[in-house]
Amino acid sequence: MRIVVAGAGLAGWRAAEALRAEGFRGEIVVAGAEAHRPYDRPPLSKGLLTGATAETALALSESDTADTEVTWRLGNPVAALRGRTVVLEDGEELDFTGLVIATGSTPVIPAGLNRPPGVHVLRTLDDARALRADLTGRVLVLGAGFIGCELASTCRDLGLPVAVADPLPHPLIRVLGEDVARRVERLHRERGVRWLLGTQVVKFLGRDRVTGAVLSDGRAVRADVVVIATGVRPATGWLAGSGVDVSGGVRCDEYLRVLDESGAVVPDVVAAGDVACWTHPLLGEAVRVEHWTTAALGAAAAARTLLHGPQAPFDAVPSFWSDQCGLRIQGVGLPGRGEHVELVHGNLAGDKFVARYSTDGRHVGSVAFGLPRQLALERRRLTSA
Amino acid sequence: MNVEVDPVLCESHGQCEFAAPEVFSLDDEAVLHIDHGPVENVREAVHRAARACPTRAIRIAE
Repeated sequence: MRIVVAGAGLAGWRAAEALRAEGFRGEIVVAGAEAHRPYDRPPLSKGLLTGATAETALALSESDTADTEVTWRLGNPVAALRGRTVVLEDGEELDFTGLVIATGSTPVIPAGLNRPPGVHVLRTLDDARALRADLTGRVLVLGAGFIGCELASTCRDLGLPVAVADPLPHPLIRVLGEDVARRVERLHRERGVRWLLGTQVVKFLGRDRVTGAVLSDGRAVRADVVVIATGVRPATGWLAGSGVDVSGGVRCDEYLRVLDESGAVVPDVVAAGDVACWTHPLLGEAVRVEHWTTAALGAAAAARTLLHGPQAPFDAVPSFWSDQCGLRIQGVGLPGRGEHVELVHGNLAGDKFVARYSTDGRHVGSVAFGLPRQLALERRRLTSA
Repeated sequence: MNVEVDPVLCESHGQCEFAAPEVFSLDDEAVLHIDHGPVENVREAVHRAARACPTRAIRIAE
């Protein structure tokens, strides 16, 4: 009896923990692309860069005792899936009786961009270490999503001048909608962040070291350090030729059972975390969610499905948080899908408010600035609707 | 079953209140309160709360 967990991030580790908690006593092999044991990623864009969070505080596997004993294969990513065998990059073949796919996602680099030294991405602990060691002078961030906005905030905490470029007109607009996105824009502007919105980088300047960038509107901006934060894609390359449906992520049914290209369940294979695209029982559509909470809860649900069969659909409502400029932004549901926004607490001029999003009179999501209790109530309202 | 929340780690995200409102609740100042009374009746929900906590502040001893 051997369960292979492909991926050693939050979802992979929580799956291993849940397998043990649910009574699995066979071998668990956790294979990860990175050399590190599982760690928590959210601080990488914040406290780890400022020094407020120590690396040791990131460890997820502190409970790695006899109860959760696993066999590690770290720094050795999964390379292929052939029937009931996972092949690792170094050629090792692992036969399995069960497989958890939790390979997460990898940064997207805009096509055609050169990469002189000083141009970073931020996904892994090694990425964060390299950025921290290099983080001085003028910073340019590509992408005004969560990571880009958090990075801008962190740079201001460090007293560094920072500019953020994004082709969209306002930061986080896809997630928050225009009204709240404008509020985020102002929050950062008041903190000294320079926005380069409605534009994108077409070329970096500098050869031995980045010195700046040329924007699509013809402007040039100077920069000593660049971070590309233009989103991620699900890490499914290793599944090529396996028969698994990887359109839009690893396609799963509502129990997180992996489906093949014909839509049939692949026996004894489940998925969780960033990589999984599953039919959400409450939302009524297939979604792939890159939030921490979805990985944490989905991994446990996938582990239960693997051991006990399809008993409970995975119905956790997408839920996120982001700490920026001293404020905590929290959201639930799919607010970016809402056509109408209603302020149910506070107003957009202040620092504390709750916005409720709806489409055709149906509540689809809520976002709170600095009001966690009110958001918990919104979440209950959303799930009981 | 004993439930404890580390007050240093807790950042009042409110995920626990959503998972197990019988046990966890934030007040208007976003301070977390725990009602140990119903814990045994909602064991799975308490475990879900611990899993959902972004700061891993909830400790459960069986």
